[in-house]
Amino acid sequence: MDFRDTPEEAAFRAEVRAWLEANGQKRSRPDEVFGEGLDEAARLAAAKAWQAKKAAAGYAAITWPKAAGGRGGTAMQQVIYQQEEAAFVVPGMIFEISIGMGLPTVMTWAAPELKARFLRPGLAGEEIWCQLFSEPGAGSDTGGVRTRAVREGDEWVVNGQKVWTSGAHFCDYGILLTRTDWDKPKQEGLTMFIVDMKAPGVEVRPIHQMSGDSEFNEVFFTDVRIPDAYRLGPECGGWKVMLSTLMQERLSVGGNLPTDLHAHLIALARKCAWDARPAIEDDRVRARIADAYLQQKGVELVIARGLTAISKGKAPGPEMSITKLVAAKAMQDIAAFALELAGPEGLIGYEALGGDWRYMQRLWLGAPGARIAGGTDEILKNVIAERVLGLPGEIRTDRKVPFRELEHG
Amino acid sequence: MNFDFSDDQRLLQDAVRTMLADTSTSQAVREVLEGRASHSEAVWRNLIEMGAAAAAIPEQYGGAGLGYLELCLVAEEAGRHLVAVPLSSSFYLAAEAILRAGSEAQKQHWLPKIAGGELVATAALGSRERYRAPAPLAFEGATLTGTSPALVDGGIAGLAVLRVADELVLVDLAGAGVSRTPVPTLDPTRPLTALHFDHTPAERLPAAEAATVAARVLDGAAVLLAFEQVGGAARILEATRDYSLERKAFGRQIGSFQALKHKMAEIYTAIELARVHAYYGAWALSSDAPELPKAAAAARVSATRAYVVAAEEGIELHGGIGFTWEMDCHLHYRRARHLGQLIGSEHAWRARLADELIKEAA
Ligand SMILES: Cc1cc2nc3c(=O)[nH]c(=O)nc-3n(C[C@H](O)[C@H](O)[C@H](O)COP(=O)(O)OP(=O)(O)OC[C@H]3O[C@@H](n4cnc5c(N)ncnc54)[C@H](O)[C@@H]3O)c2cc1C
Repeated sequence: MDFRDTPEEAAFRAEVRAWLEANGQKRSRPDEVFGEGLDEAARLAAAKAWQAKKAAAGYAAITWPKAAGGRGGTAMQQVIYQQEEAAFVVPGMIFEISIGMGLPTVMTWAAPELKARFLRPGLAGEEIWCQLFSEPGAGSDTGGVRTRAVREGDEWVVNGQKVWTSGAHFCDYGILLTRTDWDKPKQEGLTMFIVDMKAPGVEVRPIHQMSGDSEFNEVFFTDVRIPDAYRLGPECGGWKVMLSTLMQERLSVGGNLPTDLHAHLIALARKCAWDARPAIEDDRVRARIADAYLQQKGVELVIARGLTAISKGKAPGPEMSITKLVAAKAMQDIAAFALELAGPEGLIGYEALGGDWRYMQRLWLGAPGARIAGGTDEILKNVIAERVLGLPGEIRTDRKVPFRELEHG
Repeated sequence: MNFDFSDDQRLLQDAVRTMLADTSTSQAVREVLEGRASHSEAVWRNLIEMGAAAAAIPEQYGGAGLGYLELCLVAEEAGRHLVAVPLSSSFYLAAEAILRAGSEAQKQHWLPKIAGGELVATAALGSRERYRAPAPLAFEGATLTGTSPALVDGGIAGLAVLRVADELVLVDLAGAGVSRTPVPTLDPTRPLTALHFDHTPAERLPAAEAATVAARVLDGAAVLLAFEQVGGAARILEATRDYSLERKAFGRQIGSFQALKHKMAEIYTAIELARVHAYYGAWALSSDAPELPKAAAAARVSATRAYVVAAEEGIELHGGIGFTWEMDCHLHYRRARHLGQLIGSEHAWRARLADELIKEAA
């Protein structure tokens, strides 16, 4: 057992650090955000430029095979890169779905010509991908999708509606889960496609989120034509394709928990007063700082354990679901406590209260989404209970029934 | 980075697990619980003979000279099997204190006896929390007078390491003027005894600073106890899961109710977080890393929480039968409390963790 870098890891870290210092911009404060002050178009252009640079240097998708434009590196190297990159101002929430979910699904399931067509531009940030699974009647119950794809010769004609699609308003392509057979039980009648988001009949309508932002959207499909060559996996094999994507998603959200939230708490607690003393001296505050560390460091260590398993040739299993479960709730709890530090004044927006508060206020407004996206807390607990602990599955009345006979809501 | 135990270490763990499954049975633990034995003699003998208990004592002092990582895995199995033996008193605390603070002569004299099981040692290194004023223990000249009010394994110990003011003192309990009174306790599987001294011969452990040594020994013990706690928590969760698959209510296995599934998923999550913190602590302990105080406190807090929650909910999920003397649920309930307070509460350790984090952020 050893937590330190091996000589190879240390060499890689040094290489990454040197590259970042030569090409990136170091954060001036811990909570500096990429593209502050830019409008969306300019921010997107800057993000694409950064992604292209990263790809050219072989850092955009370190674990991808070389043939796909990746580096053929290890998961450990990927983590080292992320640790080092955390000190720099880099774009967030733009390429995650492309690199983490969309393109890996293409890599696993698409025909060779399609891989050649899509992987490199995707990696270089020239094309951005979204994930079109959820619908108004199918969220946790992903198998309930009703967006219909009907075959016409070499093409499929798609009609229906998706919802909560992150980034759809700036995306070029998406992986789309559709229903192609209504007479089979729900999970057996699904088929996955690549869809061109600029194709005629695709309409994206941003949704105004509780945070005030519009990161996700409704997407409507009216007679959208998709070539059969854009099918991912077999006809009616979409469920399996989707599962391979979702496993990636749960891992990636857990990996996104910042590991220094306790340090942000400490900084804020130094500035606030409780009973006329610095809050940092109050034992209740100190206890919460300790708990914040326990959760963040715990998630980091669970991931480290998973990486060790990978490096020994084992696959980390559904146990890894705990990372997203713990991380998302930790963000919510830690941010809420940070706001409480300031008492009634903590309710004042950071625009008036001070930039120090931006990070925690934004985290607090974003955290409810993190607990829902990629599987709600409840669904993740079901995964742990059933797939890790071996407890019985939920009672399902919809398993064997043809989809068209099911009730929907 | 390599965040796992080696195959050899796992082999040792398997051997200990097999031995304990045979000897540290519910019946053996209940012998102690019900006052028919002071500890599980057979279990203790086996742990000593395998060299498992003395894994971290260097060979030159009669130990197995393996290391702390090995001792951590032994501790995890000890927790799984609720061992009723003086492992923590002798090996996590007393032997460690002597190793770190003793003179060469003291080490040569006492450590082989502890390692070989000839002698049980116990220790009280001081705690932040207390209810009553500290019992008046006075070390003057070369003798000790006063009372140490509640020592685990004090009834069977032949040696004690005690914190007296700013000193660590070594007392041979075979010496003159020692008397003992059993003290009732919430976890009778780990009996407590008051030791009274009347001009009993004693000697200092000559380390430079008692407080520093005590803190270091307690950090190590926190990591080792975290492994016991994780072992115990994992065991009671397994038992609860199994029971929930057998027991039926409303025409279903109770384990199919989502309220129970989610509770077990939460316990599992707490245990896995505690486990990785314990591993991190094990690494810090075995490599003497500067992270030790932080890692040990994190392991202590998360493992205490995990075991307490697993034990509390374990009873709840068993329903009425979980509250009976015959079921082992209460053994874990008691043991979780014992391990969680033995070297200071979760809250005291959380405060220590916060101190470390704040120092680091300065
Ligand atoms: C910020 C954000 C980004 C998103 N991005 C995308 C995206 O890019 N692409 C995409 O396809 N989707 C995306 N989603 C959608 C997300 O996957 C779904 O919102 C989520 O799976 C929950 O589905 P739902 O909203 O329909 O809620 P429902 O499934 O209706 O759930 C409502 C409540 O019921 C509970 N519940 C449901 N079933 C069970 C059960 N079996 N047991 C216990 N409780 C249950 C849920 O936990 C929840 O509390 C995003 C969501 C958010 C919040």
